Amino acid sequence: MQSIARFFARYTIWIYAALAFTFILVPIVYTIIFSFNDSRRSNIEWRGFTLDKWIYLCDNQGVCQAFANSILVGVVATVLATTLGTMIAIALVRYRFRFRGATTLLLFLPMATPEVVLGAGLAAEFLTAGVPKSALTVILAHTMFCISFVVVTVRARVASLDPALEEAGRDLYASPSQVFVRVTFPLLLPGIMAAALLSFALSFDDFIITNFNSGPFTTFPKYLYTAASRGLPAEANVVASAVFFLAIVLVITAQVASAARRKRLAAQ
Amino acid sequence: MAGGFAEAGADLELQGITKRFPGFTAIEDLTLTIPAGSFFALLGPSGCGKTTTLRLVAGLEDPTEGRILIGGKDVTDTKPYQRPVNTVFQSYALFPHMTVLENVAFGLRRRGISDPVGKAHEALRLVELDHVAQRKPAQLSGGQQQRVALARAVVNRPALLLLDEPLGALDLKLRRQMQLELKDIQADVGLTFLHVTHDQEEAMTMADTVAVMNKGEIEQMGAPEELYELPRTAFVANFLGQSNLFTGSVIASQGDLLTVDIAGRKLALPRQRAQRHAGEVTIGIRPEKLILHTTAPVEAAGTNIVGPGRVTDVSFTGVSTQYQVAVPGLGQVTVFAQNMVFGPVVNVGAEVWLTWTADHTFGIADDPATGPRFEPDTDTKTIALERRERLEAELDEA
Amino acid sequence: MAFGAFTTTAAAPVEAAPRRKSRVALLLLLPGLAYLALFFLVPLVSLIITSLQTRVQGGELGEFEAGFNLAVYGQVIGNYGPHILRSFGYALAATIFALLFSYPLAYFLGVTLRRYPLLQALGLTLVIAPFFISFLLRTLAWKQILSDEGIVLGTLKSLSVIPPDAHVTGTAGAVIFGLAYNFIPFMTLPIYTSLERLDLRYVEAGGDLYASPARTFLSVTLPLSAPGVISGTLLTFIPAAGDYVNASNAFLGSPDTAMIGNAIESNFLTQQNYPVAASLSIILMASILVLVAVYVRRSGTEDLV
Repeated sequence: MQSIARFFARYTIWIYAALAFTFILVPIVYTIIFSFNDSRRSNIEWRGFTLDKWIYLCDNQGVCQAFANSILVGVVATVLATTLGTMIAIALVRYRFRFRGATTLLLFLPMATPEVVLGAGLAAEFLTAGVPKSALTVILAHTMFCISFVVVTVRARVASLDPALEEAGRDLYASPSQVFVRVTFPLLLPGIMAAALLSFALSFDDFIITNFNSGPFTTFPKYLYTAASRGLPAEANVVASAVFFLAIVLVITAQVASAARRKRLAAQ
Repeated sequence: MAGGFAEAGADLELQGITKRFPGFTAIEDLTLTIPAGSFFALLGPSGCGKTTTLRLVAGLEDPTEGRILIGGKDVTDTKPYQRPVNTVFQSYALFPHMTVLENVAFGLRRRGISDPVGKAHEALRLVELDHVAQRKPAQLSGGQQQRVALARAVVNRPALLLLDEPLGALDLKLRRQMQLELKDIQADVGLTFLHVTHDQEEAMTMADTVAVMNKGEIEQMGAPEELYELPRTAFVANFLGQSNLFTGSVIASQGDLLTVDIAGRKLALPRQRAQRHAGEVTIGIRPEKLILHTTAPVEAAGTNIVGPGRVTDVSFTGVSTQYQVAVPGLGQVTVFAQNMVFGPVVNVGAEVWLTWTADHTFGIADDPATGPRFEPDTDTKTIALERRERLEAELDEA
Repeated sequence: MAFGAFTTTAAAPVEAAPRRKSRVALLLLLPGLAYLALFFLVPLVSLIITSLQTRVQGGELGEFEAGFNLAVYGQVIGNYGPHILRSFGYALAATIFALLFSYPLAYFLGVTLRRYPLLQALGLTLVIAPFFISFLLRTLAWKQILSDEGIVLGTLKSLSVIPPDAHVTGTAGAVIFGLAYNFIPFMTLPIYTSLERLDLRYVEAGGDLYASPARTFLSVTLPLSAPGVISGTLLTFIPAAGDYVNASNAFLGSPDTAMIGNAIESNFLTQQNYPVAASLSIILMASILVLVAVYVRRSGTEDLV
């Protein structure tokens, strides 16, 4: 009797985890399955398996255009946010300056503000300034909310940089700019890349802020929202599933690569 | 930018260096000259200012007052990358994203020296690590990393090489080995080495000149033997090895001999070895200079006798046996006796007398601090309050 | 990828060099901060100004002029009181459910799987996987799975477990369910980060000092993972309070479950009643700031940024 109880005590958490993961993956599996559905206008009932939606994806122009728009916005916003955010992160960790408290507050607030407020506020501002809503306003909006996340990510990386390394650079005849280019920046790069990926992911998936600030310009999430009430075409599922698989492959590749590197280092 | 390789080491001169940080003074009016080509050790406990001195010489900090001259040239206002100085950091600070070879070649490339790769290989051969040239620092052991850090600094043939406790992270055997290797390299290449450490054995083994530093000032400087056998202050006497210190008054001064009355015993020491010649003085004798007697020894000129006392502790340390002897009027006296035979010479509780050659006695300039054996513990509440104040100060600053 | 943000502080702590004072700092800070000032602070001010505007007499839909109509706040609270309460209620419920669901999962990943780094990485990937499918599609998927004749309800109805006219979608329960589901990664990852760094020797010390496993969990593990729990609850509650996708008619909600976000969206984009939309936004933001300030002050916090 006791051993059965002990068995359960040991494995309860594994069983829970298995159930939890299954639960988490339910809508994902559903979405992927229905990307193969031979649907007509709405993708609610299963009609039959087909690869057509995958092969002839861009026959549905709305989906492909929206997807391309999302990529465009994501790339531009990521570049801007990563640059501005990295500069702030370096300044925060390395330098003394006045109004540090106010700066930290200004950086923290966007993350604490609900997206509706951010979206409505920006829309109000664009309205007052007479700027028409377009891809530009979306990019401006996305850059704004990504900066804070970039700062948080890069800041941790800058803080973990051993200052002795830069001192060694200076000791070894490197001028300040050479120290930055040859020592600091290469060591910060992993953190900057992580920040950029995070920023892109946030921008790509953003709906609420985009909804308020895009006007006629459609991104992929906005397309999904407007199409939801009419009936979502299976092509949307295809795009989402493709992105999903790509992301999984990237993550797994990164994990395998770092595990292989660790193994190689340990073997030496 | 420092041009070319230095032909040989250069002098280092510190003139009136003071370094103040907000809240405390790390170095107060330090004046020091290190001759070219010597192996100089800066020895002291943590917080004495030795690392700060090193960083000032490297240019990683600026002095609040004073000048620094290298090879006669005033470098006080120059940046680190303009000084002919290289540092071996305590944590090695090897660039993790570059190979060992690139690490070693780094300084050469920055200065535009020709054939950096060839010279880097040469330096790696000097530390016998040419075979790991293509590895990354993370793939090396601690001892190997230390040698690469050394190669990276030495390859630049700086006029002055600074070593910041470079052997701290190595185990004992490796440390001993590296001490000898560093000494060899210094002698081979002829550079001036400034070695900062808290390990007195290391300083005495490697250096030509040792300076003992305490609370931002140099208490005594000289050859290791000189510092050891003739310490001038209680701090030096206790920091370098161990000492038995006794306080008493000078009762006679004839010719070159001083006689001091300590707890009824008359002890003599040469006048030249005493810092103070009258009144209350503190004299000392090294534990290994004492000889244990189980019977009352005969008085003889040139020999000091104390005792009888009781042996309170016997400790076997391999090479020697340490005895603690309680002598009335003198307190605890430590004796090191080389283990010429198996087993202790006397046991706990035995009555013994101690003698030593008067010429080995030294007289110091101050008194040993009569502090308690353990620093009284701060109570938990005070510790918590201090910690909280520190956190609040940090938050205010941030 | 995304968990870079949450696991970046895994590096060993390094003694920081004292900060330098230099004009370079200003050069680095100014562009980014100016951008934020322009596109974050100014919008907030815009919102306040807009909320106080008055409708132009005889003007068209969406025409307003500058004014100082404070009364709008009173009207808005009166009209949308239920929405406001519902939003915070749903958000709170969703946060609690997400916490109850995610903590054991985070524990599993951060503690149980420590011995299997590959499984740990795989587990983290599975937790973040939902991120990679747009949350609109995830919510839509649940809507269809939980629809009246869908897989779940259809089966249960045919087995006569529930009455034939039962429905799930469109209820408060469905909205809370959707909210909780969508924020699981936000809750799990910070708690995971805290637990991953938990030194298990503390747990061993608890056992060594006669504490039962349950007691050790309550007295040692839980308090030590508090920073992660706090981060997670904030990261869940704040966006959840302002969400309107889950509660919208097209997804898991119905007109009866409308939250503040829905009201803001409809007033802004459809009815073009900007003052009302803006005042609702200000009310939402102010309430959240107050709640967060109280919460953070009570639970104590180190750097959140």
